[in-house]
Amino acid sequence: MDFLTISTVVLYLMVVVWLAYKGYKGTRSAADYLVAGRNTHPAIMALSYGATFISTSAIVGFGGVAANFGMSLLWLSFLNIFVGIFLAFVVFGGRTRRMGHHLGAHTFPEFIAKRYNSRFIHVFAALIIFIFMPLYAMAVLRGGAEFIATTFDIPIQVSLLIFALVVVAYVIPSGIKGVLFTDALQGAIMAVGMIFLFVWTYWNLGGIISAHTQLTEMKTLVPASLQAIGHQGWTSMPKFGWAPAGADAAAAHQYDLWWIVVSTIVMGVGIGVLAQPQLIVRFMTVKSQQDLNRAVVSGGVFIYLMVGVAFTVGALSNVYFFKHERIVGKVVNEQVLMDPGASGNDPLKPVPDDAPEEVKQRAKAFVAYRLPGDNPMAPPRLVLKTPNLRIEKGAEGEWDVIRPGLISVARTINGSTTMKGNVDQIIPLFVQGALPRWFGIIFLLTLLSAAMSTLSGQMHTIGAALGRDLFEQFRPGNSVLLIRIGICVGLMVSLGMGYAVGGNVIAVATAAFFGICASTFMPVYLLGLYWKRPNARAAIASMVAGFVTNVFWMAFVNAKTAASLGICAKIFGKPYLSSPSWSATWNVVDPLVVGIPAAFIVLVVWALIDRPMDRKHADYCFNRAAQA
Amino acid sequence: MYLGIEDFWVFLAYVLSLLAALLCVIYGVITWNKGDEPITDI
Repeated sequence: MDFLTISTVVLYLMVVVWLAYKGYKGTRSAADYLVAGRNTHPAIMALSYGATFISTSAIVGFGGVAANFGMSLLWLSFLNIFVGIFLAFVVFGGRTRRMGHHLGAHTFPEFIAKRYNSRFIHVFAALIIFIFMPLYAMAVLRGGAEFIATTFDIPIQVSLLIFALVVVAYVIPSGIKGVLFTDALQGAIMAVGMIFLFVWTYWNLGGIISAHTQLTEMKTLVPASLQAIGHQGWTSMPKFGWAPAGADAAAAHQYDLWWIVVSTIVMGVGIGVLAQPQLIVRFMTVKSQQDLNRAVVSGGVFIYLMVGVAFTVGALSNVYFFKHERIVGKVVNEQVLMDPGASGNDPLKPVPDDAPEEVKQRAKAFVAYRLPGDNPMAPPRLVLKTPNLRIEKGAEGEWDVIRPGLISVARTINGSTTMKGNVDQIIPLFVQGALPRWFGIIFLLTLLSAAMSTLSGQMHTIGAALGRDLFEQFRPGNSVLLIRIGICVGLMVSLGMGYAVGGNVIAVATAAFFGICASTFMPVYLLGLYWKRPNARAAIASMVAGFVTNVFWMAFVNAKTAASLGICAKIFGKPYLSSPSWSATWNVVDPLVVGIPAAFIVLVVWALIDRPMDRKHADYCFNRAAQA
Repeated sequence: MYLGIEDFWVFLAYVLSLLAALLCVIYGVITWNKGDEPITDI
């Protein structure tokens, strides 16, 4: 960590503090603190919406997933722009702004509660946000903290605390105005960083067609474990189908990847974004439909620069690592044996000289090396040794050159991972190895900005849910003070979760929160904007049905979430519910694919058989919203 | 092969992402001065 990097980060933090101070000085009332006086500039609102939406996990986490699964993730980039920006702003944003303004709503729970005239909805929605959003905040906190810990070489426990305190220190005093101003700066930094990453990657791989062709030609290198679940190459969709009931193990899982990519990643995040409370509240911060129309321009371009670039570059990193990577350093040992355990998937351990023959047989070979500037007393770095690996020994006093010739995910395998590697390390490794050193500083600020802007929006929303939507319901008082207390409580809960969980939870926790929000809120929010008939009972039934269905599927049916929650194992003695009489594909279908239709059906059927919403209240909600 | 991409469906996602961003720009420019008046009414 050199002087230039540290001084750049300090300068960045000083500008963030100055913007937060501007927000603090402009905050006079609860409306200022919660919806920025409903008078935000459209470009600031669009950048804030985008920067809150895109966290470190979108760039590093999902970029790494694209390196593993391929360019099929670009369907998520399409949905993020078309659904997350165009439909959200043009079809739903205008009505949300008008109805929210007319009803005097300052938060998402308050908005749907006033729309359906129900105190239960207010408390239920606020409780869901307060209980489950810290899970998502924990994922973002953990993603940012892991990156800071690696970059500054400090323990993860310390970086978690520093990162959380820095964000909360400016959110508490300055409210949404400080969040919006700092988001706009952070969004601009993110845009610059990603434009450079995009251009540099294509330029160095010989142009667009050449880069794609090289990636297509690498399909024979797809690992057998990924081929078994349907991976057909990095520029192809996974194999599509539905496994027959009672199929043998190979046939039962041959379509798993398609369902993981399409139902969890593409639909879970691509459609789930429409029901994110911290994003919906952004629509209520602008003063007219005209501002929303103008915000669409910067919003659409910004999201393309984030996800379109991250997913494309993530997939293309395979070409760089396989064909172009050169590690300049000193080779310490050309043959280090590491044991992946009897299962082949345990954390790698060095093989002692007196190890049994069986252990030596299954051990994997690595090359140990040190980079210039590495501590000579620290353990050396490791890179997997395959027949493709080449070493060019330097003359006495000169550096050696290692050409690993690995695909991206194999390049991340080292002494602290399993043989599956760590997809979260692919993008940072790519930036560190393929791009000029000065860009490392820009990218550091890009990721810091992505993490800080998302976390600040989450903390503000959690604080508002506890202070404005829960405390004030039962004991009216100083709204802003209660929200500030709520933010502190939210921080402690998220931080506690961040310390309690291990690694590899970022994507699971993010998808889980998006799924819960989508299943619980999406039908009552979207239909509530356009259909007068549903009354409070129909809305409550829909929210409860969506929530219960989603949580049941998460805890008992979806293999990945059920296994990580462990509830099913405690009750039924197996990690998730499965049976030879039904298709194994059910166990990779995302909870949201079941939860959203359940909630929609309940809302529509109940609304049609029950009395319509009180006419006077419906007219009150819609008269002005209809003009939007 | 479509622009070096093997699968038409992946190529479609690549193109649609670009077109969706372009749609946002065109819509925003066309409606730049359209939209309701700010609410002062409540």
